[in-house]
Amino acid sequence: MYKVVIDGQPSEVTNGTTILAACEQLGIEIPTLCYLKHLTPEGSCRICVVEVKGARHLQIACATPCTDGMEITTMNERIYAFRHMIIELLLANHHADCFNCSANGSCKLYQYAMDYDVEQTRFEEVTKFRPKDESSEFFNYDPSKCILCRRCVRTCNQLQSNHTLSLKNRGVATWVGLPFDKLFKDSNCVSCGNCVSVCPTGALTTKASKKYRSWEVTKTRTTCPYCGVGCQMDLLVKNGKIVGVEPADGPANSNLLCVKGKFAYRFINHPDRLKTPLVRKNGVLTSTSWDEALDYVAEGIKRIKAESGPDAIAGFASARATNEDNYVFMKMMRAAIGTNNVDHCARL
Amino acid sequence: MTNSIAEVVDADAILVIGSNTTETHPVIGAKIRQAVNRGAKLIVAEPREIPLAQQAEIFLPLKPGTNVAFLNGLMNVIINEDLMDEEYVKNRTEGFEELWDIVKEYTPEKVGEICCIDPEDLKAAARIYAKAERAPIFYAMGVTQHSTGTAGVMSVANLALLCGKVGKYGCGVNPLRGQNNVQGACDMGCLPGDYTGYQKVANPEARAKFEKAWGVGLSSRPGLTITEVMDAIESGEVRCLYIMGENPMVSDPNLNHVEHALRSCELLIVQDIFLTETAELADVVLPATCYAEKEGTVTNTERRVQMIRRAVPGPGDSRDDWMILSEIMHRLGYDNEFSSPQEVLEEIARVTPSYGGFSFERLEKVQPQWPCPTPDHPGTPILHVGKFSRGERAIFKPSPCILGAELPDEEYPLILTTGRILYHYHTRTMTGKNEDLNRVVGRSFVEINPTDAAKLGIEDGGRVRVTSRRGEVEVDARVTNRVSEGVIFMPFHFVDGAANRLTNNVVDPIAKIPEYKVCAAKLRAM
Ligand code: SF4
Ligand code: SF4
Ligand code: SF4
Repeated sequence: MYKVVIDGQPSEVTNGTTILAACEQLGIEIPTLCYLKHLTPEGSCRICVVEVKGARHLQIACATPCTDGMEITTMNERIYAFRHMIIELLLANHHADCFNCSANGSCKLYQYAMDYDVEQTRFEEVTKFRPKDESSEFFNYDPSKCILCRRCVRTCNQLQSNHTLSLKNRGVATWVGLPFDKLFKDSNCVSCGNCVSVCPTGALTTKASKKYRSWEVTKTRTTCPYCGVGCQMDLLVKNGKIVGVEPADGPANSNLLCVKGKFAYRFINHPDRLKTPLVRKNGVLTSTSWDEALDYVAEGIKRIKAESGPDAIAGFASARATNEDNYVFMKMMRAAIGTNNVDHCARL
Repeated sequence: MTNSIAEVVDADAILVIGSNTTETHPVIGAKIRQAVNRGAKLIVAEPREIPLAQQAEIFLPLKPGTNVAFLNGLMNVIINEDLMDEEYVKNRTEGFEELWDIVKEYTPEKVGEICCIDPEDLKAAARIYAKAERAPIFYAMGVTQHSTGTAGVMSVANLALLCGKVGKYGCGVNPLRGQNNVQGACDMGCLPGDYTGYQKVANPEARAKFEKAWGVGLSSRPGLTITEVMDAIESGEVRCLYIMGENPMVSDPNLNHVEHALRSCELLIVQDIFLTETAELADVVLPATCYAEKEGTVTNTERRVQMIRRAVPGPGDSRDDWMILSEIMHRLGYDNEFSSPQEVLEEIARVTPSYGGFSFERLEKVQPQWPCPTPDHPGTPILHVGKFSRGERAIFKPSPCILGAELPDEEYPLILTTGRILYHYHTRTMTGKNEDLNRVVGRSFVEINPTDAAKLGIEDGGRVRVTSRRGEVEVDARVTNRVSEGVIFMPFHFVDGAANRLTNNVVDPIAKIPEYKVCAAKLRAM
């Protein structure tokens, strides 16, 4: 364990802890753009700089490990001015039409510009306008909003390991693109949306995000309803409807999702959802009350059980329902009906 | 899975057999690729050239239905080249002689012929797997969905045991479960022969325990599996079928047979979120809430118990499944005292030793893996460390390779194999309601090798008729090298062009899993 002092507060950290992680432990917030938990820190955006006693230059918090006895200052005039300048530089290369932007409300660049009182940039505008790519069924890409933090590129290559995105050109002409300048829909992109989830600006946004602002939605942590990986995710709800999904840092998925977890939520609000019980009358399934439907079921089961014994009844539980639902189903078959004819589609 | 998902990124070698992981379990697929990025050697054994095959050190395009021969071949090489873990085999296993008796026949040359692979590739794969310190095996329905599925699963276990790779970090035998809670449904005793936590109905002590917990006498007669129920309906033995959240009208093999059975069922009750193809045949349909509208727990493929939580209200008069069931139980004269899913989990924990440590309160903070017997138990990330559940030693259960029940012949010259694709899920009850997904892939198709396609005059994108002994469907053709000559592939998700009109409902004699992965078929351009 190392002893460190951050903004006057003494603290202990394990060897290898970065300054950023040490600050997090104390609840001190440091702005970050290129940093992402599951990627090796690059320290390229430099917005996370802090002052370390005895060091001539400001240090990058996400990539600098703590040493024993380190004294760290996370905010003073020098740090403020440095971060202010970085934001100005980023803004010089950013098409800031916030009024038209899906990321409005969740954009980190906008938030830091407010936090650091950046009203406009001193630098010459160098924004490169390239055609938008709206070919994906699920998300849009507007290169003019990209601040080159490379989160998307590293996520696609290192975490999703799909190698769809890469940095093109050098210097001020650098941009994020696809092999042979393909469109997303013609590329090897698997629509996982993980690049979109990590983009701090409006460069990569889901198509659905136009219709909600981050302050309008509540988040509910849950488990993906599709395959057996068990990814953790947050459902975004606006006015009682699911409008989007964000990955969460679950033990199985570490902030990743696939196309189904990220985008296949529209069935929930679908008009075809069953809303009332149905009973077949004169050959047609007809809406009815719960009491009538449940009586019908119970009477039918009782009659068949009386005539042919409990084993004339069988039940299939569900690999999609919860443990609790399945337990009660199994108990109904065994304890209330009296048969072991209970199975589910594990085999299918 | 015997091990945890997070371990895969630390692997030195990975064997994937019978799983198109990047499409069916995409996030695990991504983690396998992360391991490859870090230098892990990937071995892929699959009938199709799936996306993972492109990053594989060795890709073995097995002829469908020959997994057991392949696995026996690996073991043959490993034993012959002294690559087995002798310490481990001596101290922790039984039956090595019996294993050798069978696998000695499976020389690389013979296996090469059976599986249509290069014997040198088989040898290289065996060496990579056996020599790696950390080497997990991942498999899925490509191993289990055969009339010899149990032999396949046993052979995977044999291989891992032979190399001392069970009960060790970064190794293990890791079946990938298809649905979000298929593991939990099994754990909850939704199986004809098991109560919760695999306590056996046939065991009088277990039965007595549940009779006491539930306050009723329980049947000792073994129950029927899904496929047996379908036959029992046709013979009139089963008269009432209650289906909760399943769609056998798309998912089950030999659909024409299933449809006939469901139509002739005297009382069919379906509880679901949509009017599925199965619900359309029902006498009573009960509207349930979906995962975003209720609370509860689900268990993932690595045995981890996690929460789902209510984000929005259910539509109309829909109700939670457990509530509907409790109401019916009440009408049948059995009263549960449950007033919330939380209380159901409390009862589960009381009667299920491996779930003893779970409660909603705890799962808010940590999500342990079972077995987790007590509230202060940390859970079990790796099974069989130091000892096996059946005692000190594991037994090798070797098996010779028996080919699929229905092989190609003159009339049906192609092998049809089925599976899932990335953009859809199971019977599309949920994914099919997303227009964006449907625009990416909205129709059924069949993949066919260019050589076969040329012979039959089939063009990429053209309509074809696929026929088996059980039915026929019309779909789009995709001419691709992903499948080998003599093999065709269809996804099973689609109602129109349903692969399961063709598949064979012959089952594995022990696990009763239908043979979705191999049947004989023929193809004709339209
Ligand atoms: S959606 Fe996924 S695969 Fe496609 S570019 Fe983004 S991260 Fe890469
Ligand atoms: S598209 Fe977004 S995530 Fe990618 S480099 Fe640009 S700003 Fe960063
Ligand atoms: S997000 Fe994809 S990989 Fe994760 S659980 Fe859902 S379906 Fe599976």
